[in-house]
Amino acid sequence: MSNPLLPPSTTGVFVQRDSDAHPPAYTPGYKTSVLRSPRKALISNVGTLSEITSPVFRPQELGPKDNDLITNFAKDGLPIGERVIVHGFLRDQFGRPVKNALIEVWQANASGRYRHKNDTYIGSLDPNFGGCGRMLTDENGYYMFRTIKPGPYPWRNRINDWRPSHIHFSILADGWAQRLITQQYFEGDTLIPHCPILKTINNEEQVRGLIAMQDIGNFIALDSRCYRFDITVRGRTATWFEN
Amino acid sequence: MSTQITFLPETASQTGGPYVHIGLAPKQAGFDIFENNFDNQLAKPETKGERIRLEGQVYDGSGTVLRDVLVEIWQANAAGKYAHPADTQDKPIDPAFRGWGRTGADFDTGFYSFETIKPGAVPGARPGTTQAPHICLVLFARGLNLGLHTRVYFEDEKEANAKDPIINGIEWEIRRDTLIARREERDGKAVYRFDIRIQDTPDGGKETVFFDV
Repeated sequence: MSNPLLPPSTTGVFVQRDSDAHPPAYTPGYKTSVLRSPRKALISNVGTLSEITSPVFRPQELGPKDNDLITNFAKDGLPIGERVIVHGFLRDQFGRPVKNALIEVWQANASGRYRHKNDTYIGSLDPNFGGCGRMLTDENGYYMFRTIKPGPYPWRNRINDWRPSHIHFSILADGWAQRLITQQYFEGDTLIPHCPILKTINNEEQVRGLIAMQDIGNFIALDSRCYRFDITVRGRTATWFEN
Repeated sequence: MSTQITFLPETASQTGGPYVHIGLAPKQAGFDIFENNFDNQLAKPETKGERIRLEGQVYDGSGTVLRDVLVEIWQANAAGKYAHPADTQDKPIDPAFRGWGRTGADFDTGFYSFETIKPGAVPGARPGTTQAPHICLVLFARGLNLGLHTRVYFEDEKEANAKDPIINGIEWEIRRDTLIARREERDGKAVYRFDIRIQDTPDGGKETVFFDV
């Protein structure tokens, strides 16, 4: 879509966050946000060393199955559900690949049930499915993982609210200012337009950015379907003059 | 007609949700899956610097403690150097200190804690300025649509805090105090208590300053 507009930089500050690209803190349709949103404006500072740096991770810290949710918790067989691969590129707002970023994902199983102490939904647990994975992006900002497509699930917001199928994503990239947690949805899910959490985003284009597209060309015959989900983090600006 | 220079929009944030632990702290969610888990122990035996414990609770606008919040911190080492290539200061990297950790608040008490070291001072954005020792802290939770960023400063760094450009950038002096952690000694060790109030609370607790970093 766009060519890099600025020369590569490793030490610059990040472009300011466009608050219209994100949900506001106070979104009463998502009830929990009412008591968990600051009432005062955020305070903006010029980026310092503290915000332009971030932890660095090494490939040896991850295990060989960490990005394979189909096998990383399998005990006595394979988990039940739709086999899918999710892949894409992590880039910054200037189109540069973001290398060696830690992407962590978590999700419900095919029933819409989470492996978590506090989830009491009647949908069954799958003894062979854990529901979390992690990976580092490569030199091109590419990532991929394999999983079971999560089911939708009910939640206590309004009495009959249901989340669309989704996978949670956490990104630790190259600067603390790029820290991001989001959710990825699946193309064609009819629950998407009804979701109070997605509706916290007041910008249709931004909602579309969270929907992974079916990637038919990359389906694996007789094995797995594939979804493509690209992620954009804040862009690091160039440092033209030393200060 | 003018053309406008555009760049890609940042991917929109969404809440971490109530089960954020599954992905980011699976042991706390109740299962064992990764061989190597990220945690809240930043200080290793060979790490340089004064050992400190950072702890506290996070409150919502009713004064209720959040028991499902996930907390991460990012800080410089004892010499005031970040373990990242963008920190080009001529100061030593401590190979035994990454500077980052994460934890979930306790499901029963809502307490979070980190075992770390007290960071050194780092330069400010403008030449010749210095930031007081501080720890960057971010919160993710159910009900939070975008991670909330704040900073932890230390009660016993009064002089440095008085000159800190970020603290002094807060126009409302009365709000600055929400960023100062209180020091106490426990079994001979420094413990800094840092409570976070997402909104003003009925007991008079004042909303913590949050930053658009």
